[in-house]
Amino acid sequence: MKRYLLRKILIYLLTFFIAVTIDWMIPRFMPGDPIRNMLTRVSVSSNATAIQQMYDYYSHLFGLDLPLWQQYLNFWKSLFQGDLGISTYLFPTPVIDVIKRAVPYDIFLLLPAILLSWYAGNKFGAVAARSKRLDNTITPLSYILNATPYMWLGILLSWFFGIILGIFPIAGAYSYSLQPSFSWKFIGSVLHHWFLPFLSLFMVEFGGQAIGMRNMIIYELEADYSHYLGTLGAPQKLIRNYAFRNAILPQVTGLALKLGTIVAGALVTEVVFSYPGIGYLLLAAIQNQDYFLIQGCFLFIIVGVLIANFAIDIIYVLIDPRTRRGMTGETS
Amino acid sequence: MSLQIENLSVYYQTLKGDVHALEDITLDVKLGEIMGLAGESGCGKTTLCQSLIYLNPPMKYMTGRVMLNGNELPIWDAEKMNQHRFRDISIIPQYAMNALNPIRKIGPMIRDLLTSKKVDYKDRLPELKHRLDVVNLPHDVLGMYPFELSGGMKQRMVMVLSTLLDPTLLIADEITSALDVASQKAVSELLVKFLDEGCCKSAIFITHDISILYQIANTITVMYAGYLAEKASTETIIHSPRHPYTKLLIASLPKIGVKYSEKHLKGIPGHPPLLLNPPIGCRFRDRCPLAFEKCTEVPPFVEIEKDHFIACWREGSHA
Ligand SMILES: Nc1ncnc2c1ncn2[C@@H]1O[C@H](COP(=O)(O)OP(=O)(O)O)[C@@H](O)[C@H]1O
Ligand code: SF4
Ligand SMILES: [Mg+2]
Repeated sequence: MKRYLLRKILIYLLTFFIAVTIDWMIPRFMPGDPIRNMLTRVSVSSNATAIQQMYDYYSHLFGLDLPLWQQYLNFWKSLFQGDLGISTYLFPTPVIDVIKRAVPYDIFLLLPAILLSWYAGNKFGAVAARSKRLDNTITPLSYILNATPYMWLGILLSWFFGIILGIFPIAGAYSYSLQPSFSWKFIGSVLHHWFLPFLSLFMVEFGGQAIGMRNMIIYELEADYSHYLGTLGAPQKLIRNYAFRNAILPQVTGLALKLGTIVAGALVTEVVFSYPGIGYLLLAAIQNQDYFLIQGCFLFIIVGVLIANFAIDIIYVLIDPRTRRGMTGETS
Repeated sequence: MSLQIENLSVYYQTLKGDVHALEDITLDVKLGEIMGLAGESGCGKTTLCQSLIYLNPPMKYMTGRVMLNGNELPIWDAEKMNQHRFRDISIIPQYAMNALNPIRKIGPMIRDLLTSKKVDYKDRLPELKHRLDVVNLPHDVLGMYPFELSGGMKQRMVMVLSTLLDPTLLIADEITSALDVASQKAVSELLVKFLDEGCCKSAIFITHDISILYQIANTITVMYAGYLAEKASTETIIHSPRHPYTKLLIASLPKIGVKYSEKHLKGIPGHPPLLLNPPIGCRFRDRCPLAFEKCTEVPPFVEIEKDHFIACWREGSHA
């Protein structure tokens, strides 16, 4: 177990190192010049020497006038101090603060969507696997939901509920006329804005989970151990129970993987509903060529995905006796 | 009489049509008898045994009845059969290596199963442990997961589990096929031991390997393409078979016992017919050296001498 863990940790550290290095290269080797971009956008002056002076000033401020190896070392150093640089698009807000503002929205949107769709999808999938009638309704519905291009579903929902019926807002995380506060009014507004993006995510995820669970259970019910129990006259209840326990293992892994992507936000959802999470932020950063913000967003995503994968490795060891015993080398 | 099968026909329902896997089987197995069931792969051995205990789709019951200890088994009724499975009739399946739930420890799994059948696990535990001793498994296996056991151990575990409620009839489907010669012998001897100890009262032993049957079986039944070809005592089948197929089958084996290695392995030319749209008449006809006009009709399975049954127009009183 210990050796397994150590090896895994080593692999993850190496992956982290490489991913961060690539992330560091983004603003430095991408076509275009982040500083010049910022200056053109602000277009403070048409005086060439003045622009050059400002350019030098900002290059120095962002540490871009140093030799590359020095920049690279500094990058790691500030990384460990939680300093991801300064956003050029929202200058002079530090990138870390911009991201910190966005992350709660991602969690608030994605955590319930993932957990609830996982729970409901698996529940319905398991039921569909055992009832012909439900299988004939839930399964096609799930396939349709799952096959619907997400963008299309999102736009359809916001068009129908937001524009035709006009009962849900279609942009933002709360009403622009309100200031964030702990009032019922504000919380109500937040929930009101949250609902459509949540629903769209829930629907698509639900379909995928239900199909996955149904197919896994049917597969397990056809496995030899299920057949053997049948020949020994075990009641259907026991056979289904065993099949369910076997089928849920890969679903748990899937859940852990999904949870890991929370920090990456849901790009399409957040764009369709103008919901201010990391996904939306990333798009804004790209549109405004804010390389440091892009860099920061990617860094968050890298960390999130790595942690999720690591968690899966551990969870699998915990829930599946085959890996558990295999890892620890126990024999009895 | 332990088992009586009368005119049993079972088909497989497939998209292309019915596979005529089992036709008009009539057969007895006596108490204390180990009946060997032999025949080429695909001739219906597994189907025959599965239909006695777990006739599930795509298998389809057509005709016939099955009596065990004089009571009819409702083989066509999945629910009603449950009370007979495991208690009256049980099986060591062909896939014994994968027969145990991979994520449940063996002891708790047995407890789940017994509880579901209203049998007290604690009551049965001493006997379970005794039988583990018989098959030479440590008691620790009850605390292990199936993947911690070797293939042979898993098989012996399934053997113990399948016979735990002392069924009248035990079916062993190709339990030696995946094993090396030494373990084959050990496993087949265990089966005899189980019968002697009363863990089951009669057995059907399916195998390709007639030399094993020679050692343990009292009688041998030979199947061909869904029909019974011949049934007689082991001695008779090995030394004086009457059915043309049995003769070729026995001749194709390296001789055991008396006439040691007299003949080389001589395969039977041709292939068994496909059972989806099978040919009419005797299904062995196009491979049979003795076939004649009459063979376009199905030969009945009749007793030509005491306890010697055969389905062939060339033999017995019809010739
Ligand atoms: N699930 C199935 N669907 C259709 N045909 C089957 C199925 N299982 C077996 N069969 C057919 O039934 C016949 C008998 O098979 P089986 O009883 O497994 O033979 P054996 O055990 O003697 O090798 C074969 O011709 C086989 O092709
Ligand atoms: S009935 Fe005819 S074809 Fe069939 S085994 Fe006998 S002789 Fe051969
Ligand atoms: Mg078979």
